[in-house]
Amino acid sequence: MTIDMSQFFQVFFEEAEELLAEMEKLLLALDAEAPDPEDLNAIFRAAHSIKGGAGTFGLTDLTEVTHVLESLLDKIRKGEMVLTGEHVDAFLAAKDVLKMQLDGHRLHTEVDQEAVADVRMMLEALSEGPVPQPEPGGSLELSSAPSPVAEERVAGERCFRIELPAVSERDADALTAELGLLGSISREALADERVAFMLSTGSTEDDIVAICSFILDPNDLKISEQAPRRITAAEKAAMEEEQGYGFFDNFETAEMRAAREAAVSAASVPAKPVPEAAPERKVAARRETERTPGASLESTSIRVGIEKVDQLINLVGELVITQAMIEQRTSTLDPMLHERLLSSVSQLTRNTRDLQEAVMSIRMMPMDYVFSRFPRMVRDLASKLGKRIEFVTHGSATELDKGLIERIIDPLTHLVRNSIDHGIEMPAVRRAAGKSETGRLSLSASHQGGNIMIEVSDDGAGLNREKILAKAQAQGLSVSETMTDAEVWQLIFAPGFSTADVVTDVSGRGVGMDVVKRNIAAMGGVVDIRSARGFGTTITISLPLTLAILDGMSIKVGDEIYILPLGYVVESLQPNPEDIKEIAGQGRVIRVRGEYLPLIPMYQIFDITPHITDPAQGILVILESEGRKAALFIDELVGQQQVVVKNLESNYRKVAGISGATILGDGGVALIIDVAALLRSSRQLNDESIYS
Amino acid sequence: MAKTILAVDDSGSLRQMVVFSLRAAGYQVTEAVDGQDGLEKAKNAVFDLVLTDQNMPRMDGLTLIRSLRNLPTYQKVPILMLTTESSDEMKSKGRAAGANGWLVKPFDPQRLTEVVKKVIG
Repeated sequence: MTIDMSQFFQVFFEEAEELLAEMEKLLLALDAEAPDPEDLNAIFRAAHSIKGGAGTFGLTDLTEVTHVLESLLDKIRKGEMVLTGEHVDAFLAAKDVLKMQLDGHRLHTEVDQEAVADVRMMLEALSEGPVPQPEPGGSLELSSAPSPVAEERVAGERCFRIELPAVSERDADALTAELGLLGSISREALADERVAFMLSTGSTEDDIVAICSFILDPNDLKISEQAPRRITAAEKAAMEEEQGYGFFDNFETAEMRAAREAAVSAASVPAKPVPEAAPERKVAARRETERTPGASLESTSIRVGIEKVDQLINLVGELVITQAMIEQRTSTLDPMLHERLLSSVSQLTRNTRDLQEAVMSIRMMPMDYVFSRFPRMVRDLASKLGKRIEFVTHGSATELDKGLIERIIDPLTHLVRNSIDHGIEMPAVRRAAGKSETGRLSLSASHQGGNIMIEVSDDGAGLNREKILAKAQAQGLSVSETMTDAEVWQLIFAPGFSTADVVTDVSGRGVGMDVVKRNIAAMGGVVDIRSARGFGTTITISLPLTLAILDGMSIKVGDEIYILPLGYVVESLQPNPEDIKEIAGQGRVIRVRGEYLPLIPMYQIFDITPHITDPAQGILVILESEGRKAALFIDELVGQQQVVVKNLESNYRKVAGISGATILGDGGVALIIDVAALLRSSRQLNDESIYS
Repeated sequence: MAKTILAVDDSGSLRQMVVFSLRAAGYQVTEAVDGQDGLEKAKNAVFDLVLTDQNMPRMDGLTLIRSLRNLPTYQKVPILMLTTESSDEMKSKGRAAGANGWLVKPFDPQRLTEVVKKVIG
């Protein structure tokens, strides 16, 4: 029988990856001065399991690294070596190398063989490193003769035959168990219900007598020592070593039994069935079949390809649309005549919504997926910069859509780097400021309504208002001394803005806060900064839970229906004709509560024939994005509804000013307006109108 | 009636490999994720053979073997250790705990079925 091993690879890869992540987490939490033995054991087990799996699947490069790692961990775990920070660093490096090797096998990425060799050397050097030595002389003596001592112990094992007088079955069982603790035991039934044990043990005859005397009179015991079979045992061991498995000498395998029985029957003695074992086995087998359905219960989760989940979500999306269609078409029916149909439809509406929620929750992943990669980064950065940082996370169980969770990693990484590099001060500075030398950096996530709030908070120096203002002025941004703090903080999101005096290799290398803000805005989120000089900075990111469903406002221009994402809509109003002003070369503006906003006629942007051309007759929707406001002039408001977002790029092509499309209840298609892009272009539009 | 085997290992991939190869060879295999799980499953049904890893969370292989040998129903059931260490120390520990044999990891499926066949036929 040949078995294709590659079918198990995928499971091993995933498992190894989980083990590596677990190992890293444990290592980071490990207190080098007083490590928890349980944690050390768990780390050892992780390395051990990877080694076992890698060996089985023939991934020798992984086996080699895990082998050195494992032996070093084993020494530490057994207290033969003292754990140091150096060890932890080496283990973390080894983890990285293993991950690289794993990716090499799995994704066929490049493996840096030099790094592998470095880690191996580092681990090997540490393995030979200073062993805790009570006295130099003593340890020398020990190391010069360790093997004879070990052999002595093995050789010290003796084999006894113990004949008992007639005892009850229960007593015999009890003795088997007790004597079994001394070594390996086998039992043999003699005539007159007497029992004999064969016991191979490192204990002495006196120990055996002592145990037996609990149950019977030692004088009735017959103990004889059997001749040890040293030579054959050694030969056997060598043979076993060769084949990779072995049986202990008191064990009769089915093969041996068959051979013996064959020999017996060959001697023409009728072979008796093996007593007692057979009926017991039958019972066991039956019980086993009854139990089988429960056997799979141990796995409480299944792995499913993301494309399957997305397909499911898409199908449910279609179902929601169909359901909306049915709802719309039945709404015109007479409720008296069609009562039963209408109540079924409302039940369908409820069920569809529940189904949609349940399906969407499949794509949800805990924030731990993101948070778990930070402890390592914080540790490495802090030690590189000579800072002391305590890193805490809250709400790592908070869930977020998988698509969003992957896109939040980069902005968050940037914010965390910033906090470490620019926020938290050097220990000496902190001490001088009367703060504890260890800075505190926290990352938290929580749900608020339909949003998730992610906070990066440090207790560092805080933002420097004067410095930001001066820098902004130098870069030609419009600033004034009367700006509120919140407005000043928003300046750091301007492209190319950096207040760092020195560009370190940690942060301040071009990719700035503007990228962070743009990435988050692209996810439909907003960034908010709170900061107090000397007390720290908190940056809050607010994101929608999912991108697949959107709360939208449907509007009508001419015969077309468009969707505005509700998050951008501030208000809608019917303007007074006197509030609309024409500004030479700037188009029209409208005054709303004392504020002049540019007026964007929707029909001009999309080149539609409108029913209304006078803003005073139509509706203005006030939109806000990236701190910019504008009034969008439309024909009429249709309503507010949840829409299922369909990607336009993958179905058609990218269209400027449109972020996606949706299917309406009546089956028609409506485009979703990219409000942020619209507001950005509104300025250009005005500029163009100057030249035209 | 197919012979029943309890396979105890905390590594899912290895377990899957063991289960797959032994099922293919016609055995009925039950999986357990660690010693504790193995012991509970062993109490529910008497298997014809127990294969156990040594290093596992919650309860290790040696403890499992010792606990099994303390059960009246497991006095005679063959128990094999699947171990990455083939050191004499490990072997004598396993033997003292009551194991009947050992098999060094890594092993290939053929080797495993061959050994199991030797033990329970």
